Amino acid sequence: MALALDAKETFVSEFDAFVKTLDRGQPDWLAGRRREAIATFRKLGFPTTKHEDWKYTNLAPLLQVPFRPAILGRPERIPQEQLEAYTFGVLKTSLLVFVNGRYARRLSYLRPLPEGVRVASLAEVLRDEPEAVEVALGRRVRIDDNAFAALNAAFLQDGAFVEIPKNTTVEEPIHLLFLSSSRDSPLVSYPRNLILLGPRSRAAVIETYAGWSPDVYLTDAVTEVAVGPASALDHYTMVRESEAGFHMGTMSVDQDRDTSVVCHSISLGGKIARNTVITKFHGEGGSLLLNGLFMTEGTQQADNYTRIDHAAPACTSVELYKGILNDRSRGVFNGNIVVRPGAQKTVARQTNKNLLVSKDAFVDSTPGLEILADDVKCSHASTIGQLDEAAIFYLRTRGIDEEASRHILTYAFIADVVNQVKEAPIRIKLDRLILSRLPRVAGLEETP
Amino acid sequence: MLEINGLHVRIGNKEILKGIDLSVRAGEVHAVMGPNGSGKTTLAQVLAGRVSYEVTAGQALFGGKDLLAMKPEDRAREGVFMAFQYPVEIPGVSNAYFLKAALNAIRKYRGEDEIDAMDFVSLVQERMKLLGLDESFMKRGLNEGFSGGEKKKNEVFQMAVLEPKFCILDETDSGLDIDALRLVADAINVMRSPKRSMLVVTHYQRLLDYVTPDVVHVLVDGKIVKSGDADLARNLEKHGYGWILEEAPGPAP
Repeated sequence: MALALDAKETFVSEFDAFVKTLDRGQPDWLAGRRREAIATFRKLGFPTTKHEDWKYTNLAPLLQVPFRPAILGRPERIPQEQLEAYTFGVLKTSLLVFVNGRYARRLSYLRPLPEGVRVASLAEVLRDEPEAVEVALGRRVRIDDNAFAALNAAFLQDGAFVEIPKNTTVEEPIHLLFLSSSRDSPLVSYPRNLILLGPRSRAAVIETYAGWSPDVYLTDAVTEVAVGPASALDHYTMVRESEAGFHMGTMSVDQDRDTSVVCHSISLGGKIARNTVITKFHGEGGSLLLNGLFMTEGTQQADNYTRIDHAAPACTSVELYKGILNDRSRGVFNGNIVVRPGAQKTVARQTNKNLLVSKDAFVDSTPGLEILADDVKCSHASTIGQLDEAAIFYLRTRGIDEEASRHILTYAFIADVVNQVKEAPIRIKLDRLILSRLPRVAGLEETP
Repeated sequence: MLEINGLHVRIGNKEILKGIDLSVRAGEVHAVMGPNGSGKTTLAQVLAGRVSYEVTAGQALFGGKDLLAMKPEDRAREGVFMAFQYPVEIPGVSNAYFLKAALNAIRKYRGEDEIDAMDFVSLVQERMKLLGLDESFMKRGLNEGFSGGEKKKNEVFQMAVLEPKFCILDETDSGLDIDALRLVADAINVMRSPKRSMLVVTHYQRLLDYVTPDVVHVLVDGKIVKSGDADLARNLEKHGYGWILEEAPGPAP
């Protein structure tokens, strides 16, 4: 508790220094929102395990680090050819690279985009044309119950602004790559992404958060998404932070009528990774697939908080989260589904399955359904288990050794999550990342 | 090929096999019959290497090697195959991936190269025909959502692809309709060869109508109480196990 208080004061005191470094040209509305946000944060403080939504994740390791805003750190030079580790092979994407939260023009490139599509650095938009984001920025993410979103609102500076006009399909995915490193002293960056899809449009956006070096750093990211009527979005979040890095991510999605959204939340890295996904159906006929995977090892913690708000009738949400926990790692799945009064004909299916591959690993799974309409189909299922010894024996009786059998069965456990990734190069990349985390087995490089 | 001497096995505190002696020579098909609970499946599983069974006495030599000292995977690589009574469903692993992994593990053990992709496809297609399996089969998850009959066919199909020296068939006939039974029996007969032996564990005569055994053993209460030729199986079908239990020494179960 004292730790949380001290850390709070540190962040609050940094705010004044941070504000002085900003361009004088900062619009008044933004300066005002920052002040409100830091006041909100001051009121909230950092969550402790007494907070219902943070019951299973102790932030002490994060709170004892004296982070400084990354804007005060030295710029990092990253060679272009080393970005390959984070991109998707043959997949053609626009790529916006951010280093310690700041747009790196030199490393970024845009593929030809349909007319009217805007893919830009938020900092540049705030400098050159702030009115373009004045209404939307901060509108879709609540900060009064989310200390990290409040901090982000106070310190936000850069990130991606993606705007797709009506009746427009962007064929190639837009990849936002956030690389972090700290060097001398631990840095915190506050990426803020704003993704707006007009009516009858279609796009795919990938966010990758990765550690550039094995330093201690904090990425406090917020992504706001609005999907217009009859539009479709495929969204991927790949958390590949370094083993000493912290990731606190919040994504908030508003879905208009007849929208189709797929959110993949892939959490592989970070000492503590908190992946918050909050979605809301505002119009009828929407569909959502929330497809989550978390893999932890060592002393990693992955905390997945999701909330799906059925505020409109006749929408369908399918949520599938799977966790594989190794060594002494910890995992959390906290899945909330709210069906509001009048949201009839809602279909909501939630599944969380966890595989413990070490006897010292631990996972907490808390499904939460709050159903206030009567004509709905809702279900949830949650399991925590180990590999099936009968299945291991079966494979071994066919000549496959025990280690390989465990490898195959571990991969098989998450195959359905991986198979939800329809874009082949992304799926292949994901496969490789997953297999690199499983015990290596000669002759079994291909996936089951 | 397989020499079992004085084999005692227990699960927990319960002794299941109480001194089994069995000798199967190359090319022979032996049937092990017996009432429920007599230890048939235990015998099959212990030969395949299931760990929850504790061998308290006796030995099993396979080609002169101590079978019971080997890991399950090494038994398979040496050429022992058991068709499970209840095959496990493994969603997320395709039949194709699984079979290739198994085949290559066995080849590697024998110092052979991994099978060429084209050779694998043609081998698999040929064996699929044997069991009347269709093209989609290889892409499906291993036994995932298979009917009882499909699972049993898959066991025999795997056996046909892996070409073991010693095949243990544990109640392979149960759950098969008459057409499937015939297909499975034909496949087993195709695989009979002077170099391959089989141990057919079954409660009923059904499968033995098609796969004629060289030797039939009757297992009662963990012991082989009678051995004979194929006529013994037919007698059991006609008269049940009662007359054997009366003849058998020791307390009736």
